[in-house]
Amino acid sequence: MSGRRIVITSGKGGVGKTTTTVNVGAALAKRGKRVVLVDADIGLRNLDLVLGVEKRIVFDIVEVIEGRCQLRQALIRDKRFESLHMLPAAQTREKESISEEQMKAVIVELAESADFVLIDCPAGIEHGFRSAVAGATEAIVVTTPEVSAIRDADRVVGKLNAERIPLRVIVNRVRPEMVKSGEMMSVEDVCEILSAELLGIVPDDEEVIDTTNRGEPIVLDESKRLATIYDKIARRLGGDVVAFTNLEAPGLIGRLKTLWKAG
Amino acid sequence: MLDFFNKFLRPAQPSGATAKERLRLVLLSDHLSLAPDVVEALKADLLGVISRYVEIDRAHADVTFEQRAGELAMLASVPITGVRRVPYEAAPPPPPAPASPDPVRPPAPRAPAAVVSERVPASEPQALELPMASEPTAAVKASNAARRRRRRRKANAAAKRNAQQQGAVQQMNTTAQA
Amino acid sequence: MMEAFEEASQASVPVRPLGRAIVVTSGKGGVGKTTTTANVGTALAARGARVVLVDADVGLRNLDIVLGLESRVKFHLLDVLEEKATLDEALVRDKRSETLFLLAAAQTREKEDVDTAAMVALVETLRARFDYVLIDCPAGIEMGFKNAVAGAQHAIVVCTPEVSSVRDADRVVGLLPTDWRPELIVNRLRPQLVKKGKMLSVDDVNAILRLPLLGVIADEPNVIVATNRGEPLALDATSVTGAAYRTIAAKIAGEKLPAPDVRPPSTGIIGKLGSLFGKRG
Repeated sequence: MSGRRIVITSGKGGVGKTTTTVNVGAALAKRGKRVVLVDADIGLRNLDLVLGVEKRIVFDIVEVIEGRCQLRQALIRDKRFESLHMLPAAQTREKESISEEQMKAVIVELAESADFVLIDCPAGIEHGFRSAVAGATEAIVVTTPEVSAIRDADRVVGKLNAERIPLRVIVNRVRPEMVKSGEMMSVEDVCEILSAELLGIVPDDEEVIDTTNRGEPIVLDESKRLATIYDKIARRLGGDVVAFTNLEAPGLIGRLKTLWKAG
Repeated sequence: MLDFFNKFLRPAQPSGATAKERLRLVLLSDHLSLAPDVVEALKADLLGVISRYVEIDRAHADVTFEQRAGELAMLASVPITGVRRVPYEAAPPPPPAPASPDPVRPPAPRAPAAVVSERVPASEPQALELPMASEPTAAVKASNAARRRRRRRKANAAAKRNAQQQGAVQQMNTTAQA
Repeated sequence: MMEAFEEASQASVPVRPLGRAIVVTSGKGGVGKTTTTANVGTALAARGARVVLVDADVGLRNLDIVLGLESRVKFHLLDVLEEKATLDEALVRDKRSETLFLLAAAQTREKEDVDTAAMVALVETLRARFDYVLIDCPAGIEMGFKNAVAGAQHAIVVCTPEVSSVRDADRVVGLLPTDWRPELIVNRLRPQLVKKGKMLSVDDVNAILRLPLLGVIADEPNVIVATNRGEPLALDATSVTGAAYRTIAAKIAGEKLPAPDVRPPSTGIIGKLGSLFGKRG
């Protein structure tokens, strides 16, 4: 039985596609799933940096397609998660060096021996987007609660609908205190505007910058708040019904205040 | 206490709400211009319905969308040439498509409808105005739901128009033979 | 429409030196190209310069939203390139500034629809009428990037202090014409994180990129609020970020200014008050 082929896309760049791909992939691998991450951002690869395997790259996807190496030779196995692999993009080539058909063939082949193939899509809706989507049968649309990100996400949702690719949304970088004060759109607002199903809510967390600097997926450290959140997303992706984390739950100070008032 | 100060220090509407409202409008217009041929099909249908009740000048009819304070409006400018005593059962076949259909663009300024029948006792310009989004949220939902339907219909409409055009060509051929 | 036409006509002066066409680019998306374009343009116009902002992100336009002009856009870049509308019809005048104009991108078209030669000619025409032509480049290095860069003579590279952004910025600098000397804006700096060693410093970033530093913008939640409202911070006299954009504009206009202050703001109430009242621009 072949695995699920999921593209992680957004339209707008910099909303957290690569971070999402790495962490959802790592969370799935942690649960024992066989996962392959594919960097489809030819020319601007970054999945290797975020995963921290940049030094171990020998071959890339373009070389696989051009027949200069075997697919399994290009795959990099993660040292921390047994069942996590990664197929790097080429850095010095153009996105046009891969056709939609060629990309699809690689993804389908990978899915034969994996439970999940997660494709990290480039920003924009040009050729790179089209080939990243070509191999997928499902999509995760990542957006942030900002006007321009939502407008771009809407454009991508339209394109995925046209291709009849089912999708769910991850709302990234939510700042609960700004939502509360009305200065940021709520997750409900975002889902309503996109009329799409919610897969996950990820709060804005500066830990992400730190872990990316070090090339470590945040899910490695179970004490981190985001580790729990990505694990929940992985479970939802697997079909479990998991309640969404209430970001507005009062922190320690909030709870103390309540106690004070109650007292 | 803090809320009290916030009320004084903050502008009336929090920016999150402003953002949502702006997005609602901009996406509505993005979606409308997504498929110019869909707007073209809408125009054909609309004129078909109107012409069941009044005689119109199809060549100078125009349907556009405009953003006004707080809502997106559909503006149909349809020159009326006469009134039908008995409404038609079915719409007459649409005329051949204009040379360069670009329905998303507003119409070029034009003289008021030249042919106005004396049977229409109106001195006002003959234009129908149909506000599109009176209730915001519903409009977005409708527009999103409609988007999927539109895509499906887009293909059908294109096929239908092709068929109609072929029909028209056939008709012309028949006339030529006669 | 007619209003925009008249206003645009007034903005044109027959004989003048050609303006500068500057592309704002980054490689990576979401690092703040559009916010930078809107704010630097607004700040330049506030100095009295004639400025046109060109959104080159065909299919994913956002400059109109950031400027709060989305409801005024009737025609776009491709309409002009394909001669469906005149330049004067397509230029949208800013709400707040007499000398700031926007040329929006087409939202429902593809980047591949833009003809590079026509784009170059258009930028040339704009240079004849404006002091500054700021081109908001799309993310990535595909066709949209190539078209955005084609007409420009100068580049501002926007980069955040994150590994992937620096890597992409480096890639983009390598793709720009070799005789250009692109200038760097480091965006979304969090001095507190730099202090804790959890974020690259401006020096770290520029040790890799080695570009002349045009400015440093701190990460500020107000930027999201400003975008929500469609009001660039450059006009906000009380905003530190606004002041930083005004400094960048002054530098672009040729004023000699000291290097930007990138020290973390001192904590505590005294420090905060100090930075509030201290002259930052």
